[in-house]
Amino acid sequence: MTRTVLTVDDSRTMRDMLRMALAGAGFNVVEAVDGEHGLEVLSAHRPDVIITDINMPKLDGFGFIEAVRVDDDYRAIPILVLTTESDPAKKDRARRAGATGWIVKPFNPEKLVDAIRRVAA
Amino acid sequence: MDELEAIKVTFFQECEELLADLEGGLLAMQDGNDDGDTVNAVFRAVHSIKGGAGAFGLEPLVRFAHVFETLLDAVRSNEVPATPDLVVTLLRASDVLADHVSSARGLGVVDEAVSAAMAAELKACTDPNAAPAPVAAAPVVEAFEAAPVAAPADALIGADDALDDDDLGFDFQPMTITIDEQAADVAAAVGNVWTVSIRPKSDLYRKANETALLLRELARLGPIEATLDASAIPPLDQLDAEAAYATWTVRLETEEDETAIREVFEFVDGDCDLEITRGEGLAPDAALAALLAGDAPAPAVVEAAPEPVVLAEAPVVVETAPVAAAPVVETAPAPVAAPAPAPAPVAAAPAAAAKTQQIDVPGPGQSVIRVDPERIDRLIDLVGELVINQAMLAQRVGEYGIAPSSNLAMGLDELEQLTREIQDSVMAIRAQPVKSVFQRMPRLVREVASMTGKQARLVMDGENTEVDKTVIERLSDPITHMLRNAIDHGLESPEERKAAGKNPEGVVRLAALHRSGRIVIEVSDDGKGINRERVHSIAIKKGLISPELQLTDEEIDNLIFLPGFSTADKISDVSGRGVGMDVVKRSVQALGGRISITSRPGQGSTFTLSLPLTLAVLDGMVVDVAGETLVVPLAAIVESLRPKPEEVRPLGPVGSVLAVRDSFVPLIDVGLTLGYREASPPPTEGVVLLVEGEDGSRAALVADAIHGQRQVVIKSLEQNYQQVDGVAAATILGDGRVALILDVDAVISLRRREPPRPVEPTLIAAE
Amino acid sequence: MTEEIITTTAERRELISFRVGEQEYCVDIMAVREIRGWSPATTLPQSPGYMRGVINLRGAVLPIMDLACRLGMPVIEPTVRSVFIVVKAGDRMIGMLVDAVSDILSITDDLVQPTPDLACDTVRSFIRGIISIDGRMISEISLDRLLPEREALAA
Repeated sequence: MTRTVLTVDDSRTMRDMLRMALAGAGFNVVEAVDGEHGLEVLSAHRPDVIITDINMPKLDGFGFIEAVRVDDDYRAIPILVLTTESDPAKKDRARRAGATGWIVKPFNPEKLVDAIRRVAA
Repeated sequence: MDELEAIKVTFFQECEELLADLEGGLLAMQDGNDDGDTVNAVFRAVHSIKGGAGAFGLEPLVRFAHVFETLLDAVRSNEVPATPDLVVTLLRASDVLADHVSSARGLGVVDEAVSAAMAAELKACTDPNAAPAPVAAAPVVEAFEAAPVAAPADALIGADDALDDDDLGFDFQPMTITIDEQAADVAAAVGNVWTVSIRPKSDLYRKANETALLLRELARLGPIEATLDASAIPPLDQLDAEAAYATWTVRLETEEDETAIREVFEFVDGDCDLEITRGEGLAPDAALAALLAGDAPAPAVVEAAPEPVVLAEAPVVVETAPVAAAPVVETAPAPVAAPAPAPAPVAAAPAAAAKTQQIDVPGPGQSVIRVDPERIDRLIDLVGELVINQAMLAQRVGEYGIAPSSNLAMGLDELEQLTREIQDSVMAIRAQPVKSVFQRMPRLVREVASMTGKQARLVMDGENTEVDKTVIERLSDPITHMLRNAIDHGLESPEERKAAGKNPEGVVRLAALHRSGRIVIEVSDDGKGINRERVHSIAIKKGLISPELQLTDEEIDNLIFLPGFSTADKISDVSGRGVGMDVVKRSVQALGGRISITSRPGQGSTFTLSLPLTLAVLDGMVVDVAGETLVVPLAAIVESLRPKPEEVRPLGPVGSVLAVRDSFVPLIDVGLTLGYREASPPPTEGVVLLVEGEDGSRAALVADAIHGQRQVVIKSLEQNYQQVDGVAAATILGDGRVALILDVDAVISLRRREPPRPVEPTLIAAE
Repeated sequence: MTEEIITTTAERRELISFRVGEQEYCVDIMAVREIRGWSPATTLPQSPGYMRGVINLRGAVLPIMDLACRLGMPVIEPTVRSVFIVVKAGDRMIGMLVDAVSDILSITDDLVQPTPDLACDTVRSFIRGIISIDGRMISEISLDRLLPEREALAA
């Protein structure tokens, strides 16, 4: 069965990059442009894995992760955060919010797919 | 690779938007609207540019964006105050960032010295000479401001719920799982055998990690045999659902080294106790078992204890320990958490839910459909056909003498209305807000102001006014010129302004609006206005007008559009180099537009530029010339008249001129010039269109008859043929035939090329 | 040039043949978009004599070329039987005014002979080769040479 990945990022470039890498690896990709939008798309598409950025308007990555984890329907969905190497504090905070794992930007497609495999049931 | 290139194109498009957001945000901050959202948006803009640039390996852009971002991060966390001076620096930095983006795109080069100096300046602003200590903590604390609401009651409810939740990812029955048949083969060399002991903490599951998945990953390294020791699990009534009691012991046989094994546990770093030993191990770990033996295990104690087996660096473990019990802790002082472990930050839930309900508008990603522009162009073409077809049909029906009250005629009327509506709607698809042009202007104003020593503030209005894409692309140059002119010639120096009792900072206003089916762009300044006396005398001195000519104030103001006119005392860096308002006027007229100026001495000037909303259609005058039907662009026509015999004066052997009030304008027979006929009929038998060329020169075009004005759909001649001298484009009229649209300038110059050259009348500027 | 054509594979091609004055010409059917009856064209100023002008072909501005004139023969006086053949030449569409369409030929390239030397240079450059069928001599038009270069006339 094709797995669905929800990508949440306010940058169109990053969404396109993720889509290219994920679609190329056979995933079904749904997108959201910020945390709030992510929560809407989440209920409509029930993704198997979520990949989210941190810095986003409306609802940022931390808030988004917390909101997902608080919902009994979604709390078991693995969430990967996009982080930069330069900011370990953000990664830790995202983990405390409930992130399952992380992807360091800029990512290469293999690492990305590998990370998804590691967390997806 | 193609796909990656396409994303790169997207990236640069996005950069344009982000740079605009950045500048817009900084300008808002300058106006004192520096609420948290604005600063965050500004930060995000730079952050996103950096992120994308990183993906494409655009190193210089990444480096500069990083320095910029670091400062902005400090600003948004209130470490560095957003003083007016700082915002000015940030604006300048945004200009340098824009240069870096252009350079990465292959459009232009970054001035390395400027960039380096800017980066140094940004670093200097960032460097917190004051209060270095709280820096690291600040962003975290600040960002959690919404959370400390967590009430103990809520937390307890959450804990109850958790007891019913069997979705914890592990089984309570002691069991052995053999994932690989090969595992039974104990003949493997001891050197390839590892014992991995995993004791998950509750946090591991809370983050949607799964022991089963960890085991699966281990199994990818080689055959495994996993044993669950559940001896530490307390009776159900004492069970803490979120605490962890079980320990997995895995025997792994692999060629991989310890690093590879540890990598499997990268994401659960700190969320489980991990022990990796070479060879057959004893399970469970004796020390661990002893610790687990006590009743009601306190998570903090357990986690702190087995130092040697904890994978994570010590500080992290300490920090996360209380959090493990209750995520709510993040929002409150640590000690509170211990008594009531909650599965999730309950307090955040209602807030998040409320937010979700607020959004009934689809997110930007949902409401936008991306369409290939070619498809839209094609649709616009087709609708053009529809309009022409409908006009043809109406004309045919009219020829049959069908009564206007008949069903057929009424049906046709409805068809016409529908067709127009479809045309409008389709044109609206390609319409874009002028914002994309406007957003480039604040930087221009900053640069021109600093170059000319003026203080100028740009106020923009109507940025969302929409106009066809074809027009948008051509707005930039005239607006740039008008703004430059307004600052350079319109605004006084700060000293002069002070002396005149004005604010030393001048205001330049750029506005867009729709007026009677056209887009109007206004550029106004609150400067000194036009010095009419001087303009008038310069125009006479340069031979642009005759001294006897009586001119109204308005006419004098508009003399500045005459070619060869320049009012600046000295050629400045900005408005000089021969680019005057005549150039602006020419480019505007080329688009079928008009430009004018009004001025009030001491109070400023306003340039008004009006353009058609689209370049797909054109307003024209339909005329007959030597049996051919031609369309003359209305924008070029000053007036039409029937010449009286006494107004036509022969000049030289073949030429003649037309007396229009007190000037003489060359008469040009269009039919002769285009080669439709060998000899001209007397001009008095035809109609004269007084036209103005792009260079301001006038001519009297002679046609045989005028059919009236109409809007025509512009068709390219070049698509299937080539450019034809004297013809701007083609169109299709109501009778279905092709009519050519006259290129007025080309007709004037074609005529000029032919000897004998008519004498230039006084009104026409010397070249 | 022509030699190459002869040595290419004997693949079957279909050609539309038509009459220009007393002579027969043809073009590859793949290049033909449609054939339409004559309708008056709008004269183009500053254009060579063989350009009849432009007409409206479903919204596109289509240049019409008088093929006879282009080939150096007397101008065709359009009659009710006159047609123009709309062909794609490169990225442009043009209408060729001819006296009448004759038929469709199916040939192999080995039937195409090189254009004899006696023909004048202008004509030679427009003719790909000559086909002989049932005693008829049919010249195949080389479409890419028909329209002048875009820049050439603009100057």
